[in-house]
Amino acid sequence: MSFYKPSFRHPDSPTNALGLTRKAYEGGISTLCAGCGHDSISAAIIQAVWGLNIEPHRVAKMSGIGCSSKSPNYFLNKAHGFNSVHGRMPSVTTGANVANRDLLYIGVSGDGDTASIGMGQFAHVIRRNLNMTYIVENNGCYGLTKGQDSATADEGTQSKKGKINPFEAIDLVALALELGATFVARSFSGDKQQLVPLLKAAMSHKGFALIDIVSPCVTFNNHPGSTKSYDYTREHVEAGAVVDFVPMAQEITLDQIQGSTQNVTLHNGDSVQLSKLSDNYDPTDRVRAIQTLHEHKAKDRLLTGLIYLEPESENFHDILNIPDTPLNQLDQTTLCPGSDALAQINQGLK
Amino acid sequence: MSPLNTPPVLAPVVNDFVVKFANVNGSGSASANSMFAKAIFRMGIPVSPRNIFPSNIQGAPTWYEVRVSEAGYLGRRGGQVELMVSVNPQSMAEDVNSVCPGGYFFYDNTYPLDFKLIRDDIHYIGLPLTEITNNTFTNPRQQQLFKNIIYVGSLAHLIGIEFSALESIVNDTFARKPKLIPPNIQALQLGFDEAKKAYPEPLPLQLRSSNKNDGKVLLEGNAACGLGAVYGGATVCAWYPITPSTSVAEGFEKYAKKFRVDPETGKNNFAIIQAEDELSAIGMVIGANWNGARSFTATSGPGVSLMQEFLGLAYFAEVPAVLIDVQRTGPSTGMPTRTQQSDILISAYASHGDTKQVLLFPSTPKECFELTAQAFDIAERLQTPVIMLTDLDLGMNEHICDELVWDDARSFDRGKVLSADELESGARFGRYLDVDGDGIPYRTIAGTHPEKGAFFTRGTSRDEYAAYTEKGEAYQRNMERLAVKWATAPTYLPKPVLTERDSNQRIGVIHFGTSHEATREALESLAAAGHTANDLRVLAFPFHEEVNAFIEAHDQVFVVEQNRDAQFKSLLVNELEINPKSLISVLHYNGDPISARVIHDTIEAHLAAPISSAAQNRG
Repeated sequence: MSFYKPSFRHPDSPTNALGLTRKAYEGGISTLCAGCGHDSISAAIIQAVWGLNIEPHRVAKMSGIGCSSKSPNYFLNKAHGFNSVHGRMPSVTTGANVANRDLLYIGVSGDGDTASIGMGQFAHVIRRNLNMTYIVENNGCYGLTKGQDSATADEGTQSKKGKINPFEAIDLVALALELGATFVARSFSGDKQQLVPLLKAAMSHKGFALIDIVSPCVTFNNHPGSTKSYDYTREHVEAGAVVDFVPMAQEITLDQIQGSTQNVTLHNGDSVQLSKLSDNYDPTDRVRAIQTLHEHKAKDRLLTGLIYLEPESENFHDILNIPDTPLNQLDQTTLCPGSDALAQINQGLK
Repeated sequence: MSPLNTPPVLAPVVNDFVVKFANVNGSGSASANSMFAKAIFRMGIPVSPRNIFPSNIQGAPTWYEVRVSEAGYLGRRGGQVELMVSVNPQSMAEDVNSVCPGGYFFYDNTYPLDFKLIRDDIHYIGLPLTEITNNTFTNPRQQQLFKNIIYVGSLAHLIGIEFSALESIVNDTFARKPKLIPPNIQALQLGFDEAKKAYPEPLPLQLRSSNKNDGKVLLEGNAACGLGAVYGGATVCAWYPITPSTSVAEGFEKYAKKFRVDPETGKNNFAIIQAEDELSAIGMVIGANWNGARSFTATSGPGVSLMQEFLGLAYFAEVPAVLIDVQRTGPSTGMPTRTQQSDILISAYASHGDTKQVLLFPSTPKECFELTAQAFDIAERLQTPVIMLTDLDLGMNEHICDELVWDDARSFDRGKVLSADELESGARFGRYLDVDGDGIPYRTIAGTHPEKGAFFTRGTSRDEYAAYTEKGEAYQRNMERLAVKWATAPTYLPKPVLTERDSNQRIGVIHFGTSHEATREALESLAAAGHTANDLRVLAFPFHEEVNAFIEAHDQVFVVEQNRDAQFKSLLVNELEINPKSLISVLHYNGDPISARVIHDTIEAHLAAPISSAAQNRG
């Protein structure tokens, strides 16, 4: 764990379209263990939000409880954050998001926070297609309470103390696909090349976007026999389905969409440029996505990348039919019907 | 079975009796019974109807008790009833026994009455309701529904309901389905004529038009809460269905659809979210309020149990929230369709750790409206949850109250929220700094300023600038500031209402919520019996200084509440540090609303035997 962060930055640090360097997107010093996968994810989030030219204060960082849920403190210091209660980040985010539809909501959760105590809220936030990016920092164990198996620990994986997990793992990606999530991706904290464009695409998606990120716990789950260690993940990962995120402003040339790539345009005009897993894989085909996921699992391969995307969907704001003006900005004149209306109500109650 | 005596005859009374209906739930009786009560209301007579219903959809016994009181007593009177309208064979034995000597048992004599149900001290009024309906209507559903309307028509003759009042209600009810007006009027007329034919002489229980309801309205507390939330500027309602609170969210939806749909765009200036459970509902409320939208939930005891963890977070992280708890009988699932005031302690100290929550206690639908609207001001001003404790009796029954009033000059109190300009020009922002000395810090809403005012909201300990800390002194300073805020709270809360009858201040009675009407009546009847008492109706917790002063000023103080464990008394003893023996409990907790008789008898018994310990009614 570091306790000091140098304030020096190279004077030629690149700036984004807002004229901001990445420093403007940084957070506090991480208190996580040295080498924790979560810190790599925080760095990727900084890179993605900076790269998307989003003002830091237009982001809301939401989390529950656990190592992963501490991490929003380590990126985007200029954004409000809410470290709520265990497993309940989705509900708090739903309320916040309905109150102000104009912010980018980044929810950071863990496998304990999502797949056990928060399973109900996870399922229902997917059903509502809330416009948010839901990141699971998945290490298969409970770090803060010293390494107990979580519900995403694979069957047969070995704990640090040598215990074999007898329970079937919950695959959050498969579950999200079944529940109708409109953007589903998996990644690995050690693959920043893949993670940053995935995050950009998820943040640009108008609807619920899940990224399940295998993020090894260096202290409790990084030993031989663990299926969530750096070594095991590197050996079994099969990256596919995303090569780049293309902003709307950037013209897509014909070459880029030929060959083994496919271009999917997002709601706002941005594109996700995909490298196809095989000639007939279509990431906008939910049934095929589920099948591909299971095929890889059967071969003991960890499929990463953009697994499913539904670019045009009705999100929770649409379903609620709320106005473009965020609800938290409506004034009393709009909200309060006043005394004349009340007089009429009184007449109806006689 | 032959009666040994002829039943006594009641002395004629006008506008002062109780009628009870025994029905089968799901049979459409509710609307007919409601029409009965509303007609009396329109005749200008004070009336208080109460549903006593099962946790069931169809087929179980349900009752509707209607008290008529020219004197304006709107609480339950208690005791047996003068007129029982029995339309449910299942409960007939019990219903026969509910009639007072000399009273009337109205029943459907299409089928003969079981001789075991014959009492020699009451009168029986039989009318062939089933036969009349079946001869008149062919559709089976109509036969069932109109049977109810027919007995209302019969009662119009027997006790003198103005037929025009009934007609006006039918016209209003079916204004949008005019085809239903003629058959309803026909059914009313049929019942009236058949009753008049069989019983030409009206009963000694008579209704006579009065003028007591000028400036009054008749509505349910839950609907009033929903309307109050619209007026109070709530935009996000997150809820999970639970009896008896469901109609709060439904009320909000009804009025929001009426007043909050943008006429140009058709967009909703509100959001109603049916959550997956109560945990999620309160989580959404906290998220929305954290982000600067006024948001509330409505629930009942089991929901309050589930919301405990989140209520602690909101208390400690200082996020406003409004929770309407329509109390029912506990513990556990209890009797979901029966009333109680038994969530007081779990609400007052909701959550683990040192927590205290602001409570409001409305007594009437008007107060449900006003206090719901005000709850949003209080929650934002104090940056803390506000729990409004109503109950099934208030929430799901129609009550007469003064017309609802709204002052257009009133503006929402959004509390200490810093704008971008204020952040720009102000000193360094400290989320948990006590700048004004009242314990209430300033807050900022996400997205306000590019550089200033952002902070990390958390349930873990932090310093005045919202930075994480585990330093004991920083934690303790924060807890002490929260105590200062708690001491500030009464400034923003509705004061208790004192009714003084005895300047010698011998007997004092403290009460709250739906015990109000029954207490008022009991204190008037006690005064007539020579025991004059003052009363203080409490509307909020933390308590105002007036509560302590009232207790200290009186020789004997009774506390009226509807639970077994004297929860409100416990709160008084605990918070005001007074001797528990200085308060005498008047308790009622069988699931029915408390009656004036229970209060009168309990206090009187205690006054007659002053040495005895706390007088408690176990019924």
